[in-house]
Amino acid sequence: MSEHDAPIVSLRDVHVRFGRGASVRAVDGVDLEVRRGEVLALVGESGCGKTTLIRSIIGLEPVASGSIEVDGHAVTRDARSLRRLRRRVQMIFQDPTGALDPRHTIHEAVAEGLRIHRVPGDEAALVADALARAGLRPPERYVRRFPHELSGGQRQRVLIAAAMALDPAVLLADEPVASLDASIRGEVLALMRSFVDDHGVSIVAVTHDLGLAWNIADRVAVMYLGRIVEVGPTEEVLAAPQHPYTRALLSVVPETRRLEQQILHGETPDPSRIPAGCRFHPRCPVVASGEAARLGIEARCRGEDPTLTERAPGHTAACHL
Amino acid sequence: MSVLELQGLSVTYRTEGGDVPAVRGVDLEIGAGDTVGLAGESGCGKSTIAAAVLRLLPTSARVEGRVLLGGEDVYAMKPGRLRAVRWTGAAIVFQGALHSLNPVHRIGAQIEEAIRVHGLGDAATARRRAADLLERVGIPASRADRYPHQLSGGQRQRVLIAIALACGPHLLIADEPTTALDVMVQAQVLDLLAELQRDEGLAMLFITHDLSVLTSACRRLAVMYAGRIVETGPAEDVVRLPSHPYTAALAGAFPTIGDPASRMRPSGLPGDPPDPAALPSGCPFHPRCNRAVEACSTTDVGLRVSAPGRAAACVHVEPA
Repeated sequence: MSEHDAPIVSLRDVHVRFGRGASVRAVDGVDLEVRRGEVLALVGESGCGKTTLIRSIIGLEPVASGSIEVDGHAVTRDARSLRRLRRRVQMIFQDPTGALDPRHTIHEAVAEGLRIHRVPGDEAALVADALARAGLRPPERYVRRFPHELSGGQRQRVLIAAAMALDPAVLLADEPVASLDASIRGEVLALMRSFVDDHGVSIVAVTHDLGLAWNIADRVAVMYLGRIVEVGPTEEVLAAPQHPYTRALLSVVPETRRLEQQILHGETPDPSRIPAGCRFHPRCPVVASGEAARLGIEARCRGEDPTLTERAPGHTAACHL
Repeated sequence: MSVLELQGLSVTYRTEGGDVPAVRGVDLEIGAGDTVGLAGESGCGKSTIAAAVLRLLPTSARVEGRVLLGGEDVYAMKPGRLRAVRWTGAAIVFQGALHSLNPVHRIGAQIEEAIRVHGLGDAATARRRAADLLERVGIPASRADRYPHQLSGGQRQRVLIAIALACGPHLLIADEPTTALDVMVQAQVLDLLAELQRDEGLAMLFITHDLSVLTSACRRLAVMYAGRIVETGPAEDVVRLPSHPYTAALAGAFPTIGDPASRMRPSGLPGDPPDPAALPSGCPFHPRCNRAVEACSTTDVGLRVSAPGRAAACVHVEPA
């Protein structure tokens, strides 16, 4: 494999634990690769560990075991390597209002990262270029403004501009459009996709919005209770889902009425009490309907933790079915 | 008789910077057991309408037109009558369930309070009814002594629905009831609302910016832009074959999964919603419209009926 084909981010059996006695297994054995120049959508319910997982990629969460590499360098807790890492990997958050300092101008918001990472060049020109690339044109109209003078969509663009000003290899986006109005959503997604197509950046978008995946992602990884349960090309995962959890998620998207709705009851289960066997089995429609028993796999569902197996080229799922 | 009827409703906020027209002449009718969705971006006036129905607007708001709740003019009601109509005639479920519940009171007590304040029973009756309501929204009655922080977001939203149902209203107004919720929990809450509507004949006004939610939850849809309804009709038809370019843009924002036309093609709407204090001339949507013609910058056409039960405010709509 040439260096160009090597994944930009690779996670090997990553575990992140919280709480007393590390009893909360937020990330519980994740193997995942992010390829160069792709958008990977990481989907799942609240509390499934998807945000913790991407935070571990920039060293914001200590990894209990397993390894994370970004561009061939291991992610460690060493201050110097973290600083280098945090220039190569940028993160944007769900709520653009909370992420911007209300007393700082837009210029300051974008320039801060450039200063921290001592990016050489004319600061004003770099800021203007970053704003223009994020669709805030002409940049002179924005640099002296304050966050409250901008709309929600413009604020999210400022954050994207600030992240992209550092020319990162990877952009981690946590629910990038969830707090935005419907009309602005498409614009911001198109902007993110353009950074991938025009600048070769890789994006991991954490979301519970499968429409976002259909709109911009090359691949989809589905996470449940700390584990990736299905991953593959977007068309395949969303059109021919292999895991019953993925099927349930798809069935409740309001537009996909062709599937019979499978509303899973109860809240997302508790990562401090991960069920034995397949972690999804207590909520699994295949087990509940008796289909698993008919197929003679129910004992395995209840007793054996499934691993990801290949269902089609590049498409894997962790299910005994 | 309709449960709710808005006749030429206008709401203007008086501010230091001048008058800000938030709602500009809205007509809307909801029949018994009907579900109507009100869609639009932040600032289009949809939440102002929700507040106007129960006279919950700040005193700086000037209201014109009429709001009829069960045929009775809400703005002509005496304070006592208004208090009775709030919650029994219509009740509101707001978004952000954590902020609407009192953090220091048990959830059961918060439901009981709504019942007792309206004089619908003594303490024992209220307790029984609160327990029934919790079960009705899918929360075991044994959890009545929990505090809001001990519940998940979806459960808190269910408690708010239980409180709204406490006085047996004819109309439930739900303002972004599922926006802060996860997909699966959103499906659970929508399912609950549909069940309540079916079993108890509750009329609903659903307010959200997410057209896809409205399509599945509502029979009819009204799309708002800059304080006016710009399109209305049966929900499925409006979303499938929008007449107004603004509706088309909103509908396109949420792709149909599996539809090749939206694969790798996120679609949005350039520009921002107009400032209500400085609306563009002519059709307020024309600066963002991809089908605008010269006339749009000078003339603002009202709703034109294009087919039975369907209307849109656009020059491209041929009146039927």
